[in-house]
Amino acid sequence: MPIYFLRRVLAAIPVMLVVAVFVFLLLRLTPGDPAAILAGDMATPEQLDRIRETLGLNDPLLVQFFRWIGALLQGDFGTSLISNKPVIDLVADRMWPTIWIAIITLSLSVIIAVPMGVLAAWKQGSWVDHLVMTFSVLGFSVPVFVIGYLLIKLFAIDLRWLPVQGYKAPSKDLAGFAARAVLPALTLASIYIALIARMTRASLLDVLNEDYVRTARAKGLTEARVLFRHALRNAAVPVMTVIGTGFALLISGVVVTESVYNIPGLGRLTVDSIFARDYPVIQALILLTSGVYVLVNLLIDLSYSLLDPRIRY
Amino acid sequence: MAEKTLRGAFPLSTRLLTERVGIAPMIAAVVLALIILAAIFAPLIVPHDPILQDPVMRLKPPSAEYLLGTDAYGRDLLSRVIYGARVSLMIGIGVTIMAVVLGLAIGLVSGFFRTADAIVMRVMDGLMAMPSVLLAIAIVSLMGASIWTVMAAITIPEIPRVVRLVRSIVLSAREEPYVEAAIALGTSMPRVLWRHLMPNTFAPLTVQATYVCASAILTEAILSFLGAGVSTETPTWGNIMAEARIYFQLKPMLILWPGLALSLCILSINLLGDAARDILDPRMGKRED
Repeated sequence: MPIYFLRRVLAAIPVMLVVAVFVFLLLRLTPGDPAAILAGDMATPEQLDRIRETLGLNDPLLVQFFRWIGALLQGDFGTSLISNKPVIDLVADRMWPTIWIAIITLSLSVIIAVPMGVLAAWKQGSWVDHLVMTFSVLGFSVPVFVIGYLLIKLFAIDLRWLPVQGYKAPSKDLAGFAARAVLPALTLASIYIALIARMTRASLLDVLNEDYVRTARAKGLTEARVLFRHALRNAAVPVMTVIGTGFALLISGVVVTESVYNIPGLGRLTVDSIFARDYPVIQALILLTSGVYVLVNLLIDLSYSLLDPRIRY
Repeated sequence: MAEKTLRGAFPLSTRLLTERVGIAPMIAAVVLALIILAAIFAPLIVPHDPILQDPVMRLKPPSAEYLLGTDAYGRDLLSRVIYGARVSLMIGIGVTIMAVVLGLAIGLVSGFFRTADAIVMRVMDGLMAMPSVLLAIAIVSLMGASIWTVMAAITIPEIPRVVRLVRSIVLSAREEPYVEAAIALGTSMPRVLWRHLMPNTFAPLTVQATYVCASAILTEAILSFLGAGVSTETPTWGNIMAEARIYFQLKPMLILWPGLALSLCILSINLLGDAARDILDPRMGKRED
C-alpha cells in the first residue's frame, strides 16, 4: 500500500508539469507580442513595459519558465495585472463561496443520485427505471445555465419561495446563505446526478446477478439490506470513479452557475479576469483547478481499497 | 412484384430498428433533421432580419408578426433563434471532424509505437486535467474571438478523449493474428495502421463522435454565454441568452426559447449517440437477459 500510494502521488507530478508547460506556453506562443495582447489596443508604451516587467517577458523562454516554476513551488502564483495584488490573495478572497457551493452540490448529488440509481436497477424495465433514465439523459443534455434560469423562473420569480440571485456568507447569515445556495447547488447537481444515477444503475445491474446477492436474499434479508449492504458496496468502485471524472464537469459548471446566480466565487473571478485580460489570474486558476482535479482523482483511486477489500495494492 | 417486396420490407426494417433502440432515437433524428434544415435554409424561412434593430418594437410579447416576441433591440427572437442554429451546428460539426481526425492520428501512432506512447499519454493526461471550459476561455481570450479560434479552443480539450479510445482499441487489436501476420509479411507500418488497425476504430469512433459533437455545441454556448465566444453581433444561442440576462426577471422567455433550442439540439444528438452505441457496439448494448 505505501509503495502504491507513493507511485500514484509521483504519477501526478508529470500530469501537473504538462498542465504548467501548457499554461506557460499558451501566452508565449500566441502570435504577436504577449504584452500587447494583454494590455489591449489602448495601451501606452509604459503600460507595455510594466506588463513585460511583471511577467518577466524580456528574458529567454527557459529562464522565464524555471523562474515561474520556482516561484510556484514557493506558493507564489504571480501578481494580478489589474489590481496588483498577489493572485493567491485574490483566490483566497473568492474561494469560500465556491467551496461551499461545491460541498453542498456534491452531497446533494450523492444523496439524490445513489438511491435513484439503486431504485432504477432494482425495478429494471419498470416505469421507475424509465423515469430515472429519462431524467439522466435530460441532465446530460440540458445545459447548466438553462437549468439555472428555469429554476430561477420557477422558484424565485413564479413561486417567490427563494431569492433570485446573490450570496451570503454562512458565518454571517446561515438562513440567508441556505436560501441562496439551494438553487445554484441544484443547478450544478443536475448533471452530476445524471452521471451518478446512471453509473449506479449500470454498476448495480452487473452485481445483482451475482451468487452472493442470491445468497443474501435466500437468507431472508430484507430487500433494502440486500441492495444497500451487499449489492451497493460491491458496485461502489465505478460510482466513485465517475464522481472523480465528473469533477471536471463540476468545475466548468461552477463558472457558469456563479455567473447565472451572481455568486462572487472563483467562477466569477475567472470570468472577470478574462474580460480584464488578467492572464496571471487565469493561468493560476487553470493550474489550481487542474491540481484539485488531479488530487480528487488521486484520493478516489486510493479509496478503492477501503471500499472493496478485495482490491489490494 | 418488386413493389410488393419493397412495401413488405420497409415496415419490417423500421419495426426491427424501433424494437432494437426504442422510439426516442427516431424522434431525435426527426428533431435534429428539422434543426439542420432550419439552419441551412435560415435566410429563406426566417420571418424577419435577425440583425435589423427596431427601437419602437423593443421587448414586445409574442404576436402574429413576431411569434416569439422581440428582444431588447426590437429584433425578432424567432429569426435569431433559427440563425443561432447555424453557428452551433457549424461548430459542432467542425470540432467533431477536427477532434476525430487529430485524435485518430495521434491515437493510432500512440497505440502502435511504445516509445511515443509514454510521452503522448502524459500530455493527454495533462490536457484531461484542465477543465475544458476554462482552457477554451483562456485560448479564446488570448487569440481573439473568431469562429476559427473558438473551434480550435473547443477542439483541443476534446482530443484526449478520442486519443484514449483509439489507443485502447489499437492496443488490443495489434495482438490479433491478422495484424501479426501482416507485420510478418513485411507490410509497411503506415499500411498496417491504415488497412488493418484503423477500421477497428470506426464503430466506436462513430459513437464517440456524437458525444464530441454534443459537447462541442454545449461548450460553444457556454463560451458565448460568458462573453468569450464568437462576436456578439452574430446571433448564437449563447449570445442571445447572454444579451437577455439583464431582462430575465421581466422577460424570462427571451432566455428560455434559445435555451430550449439548444437543449433539444444536444438532447437529440445524445439520444442518437446512445442508439448508435446500442447498434454498433454490442458489448456496451442493452442487456438481453
